[in-house]
Amino acid sequence: MNDFTLIRKNLFRKKMRAILLIFSIMIAFLIFGALGAFYSVWTSGSSSAADNRLVTVNRINFTVSMPFAYWGRVEGVEGVTNVSHASWFGGYYQEPANFVQTFAVDPESWLAVYSELTMPDEQRAAFFNTRDCLLVGADLATQYGWSVGDRIPLLSNIWQKQDGTSSWDFEVCAVFDAEDDTLPTNYAMFHYEYYNEALAFNRDNIGWMVLTTIDAAQNDRIMREIDSLFANSPAETETSTEAAFNEAFAAQFGNIALILLFVVGAAFMTILMIVGTTMVMAINERTKEIGVMKTLGFPAPRIFRMVLIESILLSLVGGLLGLGLATLAVAGSAAAMAAFLPGLSMPPLVLSIGLALAIGLGFITGIIPAINAQRVTIVTALGKL
Amino acid sequence: MTDLYQLTDLSKGYTRGREAITIFEQLTMSIQEGDFIAIMGPSGSGKTTLLNLLGGIDRPSSGSVDCQGVRIDKLSQGKLAKWRAANVGFIFQFYNLMPTLNAAQNVELPLLLTNLSGKARKERVATALDIVGLADRARHSPRQMSGGQQQRVAIARAIVADPKVLLCDEPTGDLDRKSADEILETLQLLNKDLGKTIIMVTHDPSAAKYARRELHLDKGRFVEAAELAQ
Ligand SMILES: Nc1ncnc2c1ncn2[C@@H]1O[C@H](COP(=O)(O)OP(=O)(O)OP(=O)(O)O)[C@@H](O)[C@H]1O
Ligand SMILES: [Mg+2]
Repeated sequence: MNDFTLIRKNLFRKKMRAILLIFSIMIAFLIFGALGAFYSVWTSGSSSAADNRLVTVNRINFTVSMPFAYWGRVEGVEGVTNVSHASWFGGYYQEPANFVQTFAVDPESWLAVYSELTMPDEQRAAFFNTRDCLLVGADLATQYGWSVGDRIPLLSNIWQKQDGTSSWDFEVCAVFDAEDDTLPTNYAMFHYEYYNEALAFNRDNIGWMVLTTIDAAQNDRIMREIDSLFANSPAETETSTEAAFNEAFAAQFGNIALILLFVVGAAFMTILMIVGTTMVMAINERTKEIGVMKTLGFPAPRIFRMVLIESILLSLVGGLLGLGLATLAVAGSAAAMAAFLPGLSMPPLVLSIGLALAIGLGFITGIIPAINAQRVTIVTALGKL
Repeated sequence: MTDLYQLTDLSKGYTRGREAITIFEQLTMSIQEGDFIAIMGPSGSGKTTLLNLLGGIDRPSSGSVDCQGVRIDKLSQGKLAKWRAANVGFIFQFYNLMPTLNAAQNVELPLLLTNLSGKARKERVATALDIVGLADRARHSPRQMSGGQQQRVAIARAIVADPKVLLCDEPTGDLDRKSADEILETLQLLNKDLGKTIIMVTHDPSAAKYARRELHLDKGRFVEAAELAQ
């Protein structure tokens, strides 16, 4: 037997109470872990941004398009090395539930700007030379079991063709991967021309432009120059770095971070109250036993430490269970979420923060009971029956 | 026999609101090593208070408590805790065992304050339980034992660290005659064979008969009842 035996036995002396406490702590950490994983994957887009890559969107909103002619004009700006453009297709496969992120792009310039996208040379050539080619990301190809040579019809939930339908036929002629495994490859691209020529409306417009600069230090000047090119036109532009654009993109879906913080914060405040008051009560109930321990010669600091460790142990057990469960839940939903949140997994950072939070929670909920226990005077404690 | 305790001009009082209560005043007495003293007296006369002062869990209002040259009324809290662990065993009316620990673990508790190895601790616990006749109950929890058995576990806990003094506050107050006699015989044995000095508070005259001498505490004064020939 040692002090830890005592701590453990004290923690589980009332089994039901201990289990309920651990359960509620576990739920809080499950919420924390799962939301933390979603959030960090959600925001990881900005970490894949190159610092010399800029994005030009319509000043009104990035969903509003701009004239195709802008593309050529940006090419002329000094310090711009490559410019490409993309248009949101809003595609789905067979039924709307099978959402497929698809863009209509200018193939050669696009792959020049996004040089981190890789594929075999003959597939690259096929993509450039085949008008109805669909360039599919590796994750997306795995998800639907597509491979080179397949003919895939994609429907748009935005655009209509002159023939009244919304279906474009494609041939998968290339599959791309990324140099870095953490980059998403869950989307597809095809020729802008193939799409534009069939459009019933909004023809000769593009969604946004993306460009690389010769040197990140010149970004500010280049951004200003591009936007001044189109100032006072019906489609004014706003150019920003890719990182800033990604963040703004995420912000379109509400201030996710704030909402998550609020949810997690509320869960933790609740847990703090429940565990805190329960610990105070639990230690008060033990006043007499603490008096006896002190009578036997246990020094006050040792009793303080034992109560604090008991509280930290409680939070750690609940916290580790919750984080473990969150890891399982995230792993389990990774496949289902692949289209929206590719590479969903539990980041070690979230686990580390969770662990620190668990220890912190145990400390905060244990400190008052520990001080109370330390202060117990033997004579009054033994006076209680 | 040599003196174990020397109490000099010991006073203890409380203030309750504006009222000052004196429990005893200017009490001077000595307790010899190897003695077995029964302290009797009316409720509220200060018997428990005296044991608390002797055991170093309470401090006098004035005067001194000297135990073999150590002024325990002057020790700091930390030193006092160490002194208690090494010198005193406490036995209470309601046993005060830890409900979460079994008999052997309860007995082992004071040994957590020593540097003994796990093996040495086990041996000590076994010996202590053997002395009180509970070797076969080591794994029982307090809930599974009778009052008399729990009190014997408490005695084993009190003696396991081999203290000089046992302070017992109505150790048989909650027990039937037969269990009480067993406990008292055990205490007597500890006094005679192991030389423990025992100071026992009791309301029961037949319990007091087991002691070497009886003291009556009344209105802050001790009255020697009789020197009992053993
Ligand atoms: N913390 C305290 N504050 C105020 N008065 C106290 C306190 N502790 C004890 N007393 C008083 O001191 C007196 C002596 O109490 P003590 O417990 O020593 O008596 P006792 O002889 O052990 O009585 P009993 O036989 O009922 O156990 C009592 O009048 C009691 O009310
Ligand atoms: Mg009393």
